[in-house]
Amino acid sequence: MNHFPQSWGRPRDDVYGAYDHSHFGHGQPISHTQSPIVTGTSVLGIKYKDGVVLAADNLASYGSLARFTDVKRLRKFNVNAVVGFGGDVSDMQYLDRLLQSLRIEQEYQQPSSTLTSPPPPASEAPSAAPTTEAERQAKSQLSAKNLHTYLSKVMYKRRSDFNPLWNALLVGGLDDSGAPFLAAADLLGTTFSAPTLATGFGAHLAQPILRRHVPDEAASKELTRDKAVEIIRECMKVLFYRDARSMDNYSIAVIGRGEKEGVTLMENEKLENQSWAFAEGIKGYGTQVV
Amino acid sequence: MLSEIAEAGLAAAKLQLREPQSELKRCKRASCTAYNFIDIIQLRPPTIAFPTLSFVSVTPVAASHLLLSRPSTSHTRTRSSNGTGYDLSNSIFSPDGRNFQVEYAVKAVENGGTSVGIRCKDGVVLALEKLVTSKLLKKDANKRIMTVDQNIGIVSSGLQPDGKHLVSRARDEASQWRSIYKAPIPTSSLANRLGQYVQMHTVTNAVRPFGISAIIGGFDSELDLPVDGQVGSGPASGSGGRTQGAKQGGPYLYMLEPSGLYWGYYGAAAGKGRQAAKAELEKLKLGAGEDDWISLEEGVKEAARIIYVAHEDSKDKEFELEMTWVSNATGPTKGRHEHVPKDLLEEAERLAQKALDGDDDEEEEKMQE
Repeated sequence: MNHFPQSWGRPRDDVYGAYDHSHFGHGQPISHTQSPIVTGTSVLGIKYKDGVVLAADNLASYGSLARFTDVKRLRKFNVNAVVGFGGDVSDMQYLDRLLQSLRIEQEYQQPSSTLTSPPPPASEAPSAAPTTEAERQAKSQLSAKNLHTYLSKVMYKRRSDFNPLWNALLVGGLDDSGAPFLAAADLLGTTFSAPTLATGFGAHLAQPILRRHVPDEAASKELTRDKAVEIIRECMKVLFYRDARSMDNYSIAVIGRGEKEGVTLMENEKLENQSWAFAEGIKGYGTQVV
Repeated sequence: MLSEIAEAGLAAAKLQLREPQSELKRCKRASCTAYNFIDIIQLRPPTIAFPTLSFVSVTPVAASHLLLSRPSTSHTRTRSSNGTGYDLSNSIFSPDGRNFQVEYAVKAVENGGTSVGIRCKDGVVLALEKLVTSKLLKKDANKRIMTVDQNIGIVSSGLQPDGKHLVSRARDEASQWRSIYKAPIPTSSLANRLGQYVQMHTVTNAVRPFGISAIIGGFDSELDLPVDGQVGSGPASGSGGRTQGAKQGGPYLYMLEPSGLYWGYYGAAAGKGRQAAKAELEKLKLGAGEDDWISLEEGVKEAARIIYVAHEDSKDKEFELEMTWVSNATGPTKGRHEHVPKDLLEEAERLAQKALDGDDDEEEEKMQE
């Protein structure tokens, strides 16, 4: 998958030649998003020892026009899960509403009293039982893993109807056992999981950097929260340098357990310490020296 | 001669048979059309905008009710002769313009456990007297006050399954509203749509009226809520199409009856103990005009006390108090409809018990004097 959302889901031109639309004939299936219009670029995700960090910038492009500069592409689902959206923004809004109705229906299943009732006496509680209010709340709600399963099924259904939701998603958070969870789903219904993930341009530019820090699961179990955030910030900077559809305003979400549990969502981060000073010394394209 | 008599007898027998036979045919036809009717209304997609014919889900109960009641059509023949029989079928007007079936549904409500709703300054409280029919029932399980969307609660007295059916419809309406308007349904609109739905169950004899009175309480947010799925903040300057300084939202309380009638209330009560409960509600300071309009916390305590007072008449039976509340965004429930936390519920029950005991003591003192 490359960084041009409009070519996602199509045979690669460089391998198969230009796509021949006459294959469809006249009887085309109904499909809404056949090509994305307003798009968001990369989403990054990394697992650390107590949770997951996600990031995406706040830009929604209209082709090469940086049209909307205040678009929040990380959406909190509940205390356990955040979804990061790349690709078409109208489809992202559709999914966001779908998740809203899913959340409301989930709460119908889950009477509020179980969320507010006081903890059971210490003597009765087995050691594995949740101890804090936040943990109890987390236990009673959908986990990031549940949410990823749901979203991937929605995506696969839609692509099977020839009517895809033109997005690449990262779902980050905690699974049923409270362990960090990070997985991807895209417009084809393809899913995969790794200690670090990136969509779109980020898969090319950020993923190598992320993997240098966190080559495997064992390394992510060593990683601290602060270090994970620092790596993500570094990657966002590289993406801003190199991705023509990116912006220097971005959002970071940290979904953690333990001391800093729950979701921390920072939606107006600004890139710092950019390095442009070297540009002063660069002159011309070869022989020019002044 | 003998054969003639036999023939005459046979003819007479046939004549007698004719009525029941045609009756049977009519029954069959009626049930056929009833089935078609139900098929049609079940096939209809859920109505979206105005629920003028929001007849989507007729329960199978309604169908079987129809089939059971049909064979008694022969009774209806007495209707014209002595003026009775207007109560045998739903949607039939009696000569003085009443629908008796709806009034019988009200009787089912009057047998149910008492439910109460109080509209307070900063929220709404709903409470329910849940009669414990068996010691084998688990305590605090079997919740009956249910949430619609996130900020509205519904409690009903009467036939429990009818209450569940109504709530399920309410949830559908709320989600339909969201899919169109991208925002939560206002309590008044939900009450209106449920009113239409319940009223539709009084206009045909293929269904029966609802055997419940439902109390609908909600808090419409006073904040400028974002549109569902909104990803940006809109224009950075100007009002962005919003009316500046307009006051919106607040606590709302409605009571809906089997006829489909609903009104907004300061305080509402339904079920067996409603008379006692209403008398207590009338003593409270409720309503925007009053300076000392009661707060939500006071409302919780009063609601508990009122349920205890209303229970006095059926003292011999055990009961469980179920109570929910919804406050504004800055209040204890943060704009959501939730069950009252256990410690507050127990405190309210303790005070209610104390108030009752105090009354008893006073009465005893008077007796002694």
